Amino acid sequence: MTLFIEQCLNGLQFGLLLFLLAAGLTLVFGIMDLVNLAHGSLYMLGAYFAATFAAWTGSFLLGAVLALVATLIVGMVLEVVAMRRLYGRDHLDHVLGTFGLILFFDEGVRLIWGPGGLSLPVPSWLNRSIEILPGIQYSAYRFAIIVVTLAVAAFLYILVMRTRIGMLIRAGASNREMVGALGVNIKLLYTLVFGLGAALAGLAGLMQAPILTVQIGMGENIVILAFVITVIGGIGSIRGALVAALLVGFIDTLGRAFFPQILVELLGRQAGSTAAPALSSMLIYILMAVILVVKPQGLFSANSR
Amino acid sequence: MRSALTLRNIVTAALVIGLVLLPLYVALTGDRFVLILFTRIVILAMAAVSLNLILGYAGMMSFGHAAFLGLGGYTTAILSFEGVHSGFLQWPAAIAVSALFALAVGALSLRTRGVYFIMITLAFAQMAYYMASGMARYGGDDGLSLESRSTFAGLLNLSNKTTFYYVCLALLLGTILLVWRLTNSRFGMVLQGVRSNESRMSAIGYPTFRYKLTAFVIAGTLCGLAGALIANHTDFVSPSMMFWTRSGDLIVMVVLGGMGTLFGPVFGALALLFLEQFLPTLINMAVRPFNPAGAAKAGEYWQLVLGPLLLFIVLFARGGIDGLLKKLGGKHSSHE
Amino acid sequence: MSKRKTDPILQVENLQKRFGGIIATDDLSLNVAAGELHAIIGPNGAGKTTLIAQLSGQFKPDSGRIYFAGDDITALAPYKRSSLGLARSFQITSLFLDLSVLDNVALAVQAHAGHSFHFWKNARKEDALRIPARAALERAGLIGRADWPAAALSHGEHRQLELAMALAGEPRMLLLDEPMAGLGPEESARMVAMLRALKAELTILLVEHDMEAVFALADRITVLVYGRVIASGTPNEIRANAQVREAYLGEAEVAHV
Repeated sequence: MTLFIEQCLNGLQFGLLLFLLAAGLTLVFGIMDLVNLAHGSLYMLGAYFAATFAAWTGSFLLGAVLALVATLIVGMVLEVVAMRRLYGRDHLDHVLGTFGLILFFDEGVRLIWGPGGLSLPVPSWLNRSIEILPGIQYSAYRFAIIVVTLAVAAFLYILVMRTRIGMLIRAGASNREMVGALGVNIKLLYTLVFGLGAALAGLAGLMQAPILTVQIGMGENIVILAFVITVIGGIGSIRGALVAALLVGFIDTLGRAFFPQILVELLGRQAGSTAAPALSSMLIYILMAVILVVKPQGLFSANSR
Repeated sequence: MRSALTLRNIVTAALVIGLVLLPLYVALTGDRFVLILFTRIVILAMAAVSLNLILGYAGMMSFGHAAFLGLGGYTTAILSFEGVHSGFLQWPAAIAVSALFALAVGALSLRTRGVYFIMITLAFAQMAYYMASGMARYGGDDGLSLESRSTFAGLLNLSNKTTFYYVCLALLLGTILLVWRLTNSRFGMVLQGVRSNESRMSAIGYPTFRYKLTAFVIAGTLCGLAGALIANHTDFVSPSMMFWTRSGDLIVMVVLGGMGTLFGPVFGALALLFLEQFLPTLINMAVRPFNPAGAAKAGEYWQLVLGPLLLFIVLFARGGIDGLLKKLGGKHSSHE
Repeated sequence: MSKRKTDPILQVENLQKRFGGIIATDDLSLNVAAGELHAIIGPNGAGKTTLIAQLSGQFKPDSGRIYFAGDDITALAPYKRSSLGLARSFQITSLFLDLSVLDNVALAVQAHAGHSFHFWKNARKEDALRIPARAALERAGLIGRADWPAAALSHGEHRQLELAMALAGEPRMLLLDEPMAGLGPEESARMVAMLRALKAELTILLVEHDMEAVFALADRITVLVYGRVIASGTPNEIRANAQVREAYLGEAEVAHV
């Protein structure tokens, strides 16, 4: 039971982390109609920046803040230099162009930081367990991730639903011309939205960095998960991204933790333990296929495009 | 007015002749490496030509095509591992497995459109990737080596590099011939209509789903055969050949060469693998005059150039190499 | 199969269509005789386009029946109607822009030629497709552009291409939804001449705002207001009808000036 609750919390933590990635992706998707495969590169940059700045300043928090600012800047520069030219083109162009950017970023990181990868230690003040429920200990660092991501989710909700810039974002998602006609500087809005998405990806990367190793290509796997989430949730829908991210987080974590045992029970030790790793990795993709077959526009399609 | 002697046709003919005569060059110079490189180019060109059938001609943005390379390769390698070495069994099995997978994936994916289609084909390819990683008996993540190359009852010896090269080349040319006939047939006209305006096709009475599915299965099957070749070429298969970035490479080849053109993907495969092979040397040479010490090191970072190059091609040279040849050769061949 | 010219080829009985609270088609009955050019006119919002959409199968009526050449087609899918010989041209042109003009029409011919699972023979050299396609282009006055990419045509020529595609299936009846919309005077005149030539060969139901064209071409005219038929008759009868003048022609005369 304790294990189950701990795995549930891990699922929640992973799901919320994925939400940070997927939220940026779905904003950019929904508003600029841009498929950005290089979103994972920004996640990677966030981790590299954090590891570097934390080492320089000797403070995890300061390093994290600097890394966040740095990814925001990289994102905005990227938008102005490259992404802007891809708006309005077909999705194949987006896929190819941003695929090229992945190569560029991977190689750039290798040039700057070398091929070896970095590590970012968990800050000492979070490197312990806390008792979150009577009798249940949980990693303080992972708990902190949950708190931060929930705060960011709330911030996003308020930003999109309650502020003027959020109104523009929502209007932009449904009616590009109208926003332009209102005299809003749509170019600037797009740059800001892209920068926001980049910063969210960077935040996800820097928070995940102490749990995993910081290495080249770390974005390539997770960006596909983020895409799966945006597609399951319905393109352009923040709410859909949150629901789908939690779904994927839970299924992936709990699947890896308990699915092998279930399979062994069902198929017997030999066959079960052989099939388990593959099947539990495949679970989310199976989930996605099933959802798209039933609802080809995702769960919460923002606009029926 | 159509003239047979356009620059594009001359270059294409030169390419085919060059490919056919390549082993002669190898025999004269003894440069085995070139033969191995070109065998790989020819096999990947075949995969790219198959992808072009659905991507270039029918406008289906499939992002999981490398799965078929993997399926064909794994079918061959697994049969070999289990003691079946005959290519007469391995290759048809590779074709059948890819066709079935394509049928299942296509039937589910083609219900969706646009980005959703891109992502669902990608998801199915990732499933195949994790499936292969999970097969502990067949090496899991580490992959599986082939004990021997496919045998053909003494008729062909694929261990002979020249023979194997010609087998691959013959299959590539056969694939191109097939795609040429297909795309100009009634079936191909329907595919091009779908690419151009699918809702209009439905409105005038075409049940587009079944034509798209048929094209998807044909493309997957051809790519599965290319997978059987690549397993023989490297004597090894691993899950990484199905990772999504490999599917990206195939798309790059198609677009780099020229979408919806017969030989475009061959040019694309040639160009991409050449860049991969020789861009490091080029960078090395370009940097040497300024920084002799750093030149060798700079060459290692060739993808730093390739990435923006791709973006540049997307932005400014959408016709790809084929389009470039057409343009350079003048405008008098305005349609296919 | 020989039918007298006065046999109705299209019969519409008590058609009804609502969108929410709005009645777009209100108990509408209509007969179109074989061989005639029947025009539908009416002020904006009279439900003309909704009617065409129901006739072509794009919308399903809430109640009522549609018969074409004696068959009940009320519930038939659009492309099945076109294979029975009831073709429509689209108000908003929706062509295969990156294919040649001839290929566009050939695709329309091919749609009527059974399934397309032919994988080997070169369709661009098949007489069975190319000859009817060329004939349709000839009739639509576009044969001179056969080898152009469709994207390179002018707006008026796109309309002609739409017409050629509708003709490609050798239809018995054409539904034309505002073929003159957005055309310049010269292009309009060309379209009128073409329709005049076509009406000798097949039945046409024409929805059109251009009154000059309607009165020049139509054998009979039906006037719709708020989804109802308020009058139906020859152009002279319609001109003389007091109710029509009141409800509609006043506005049209203003539009003329």
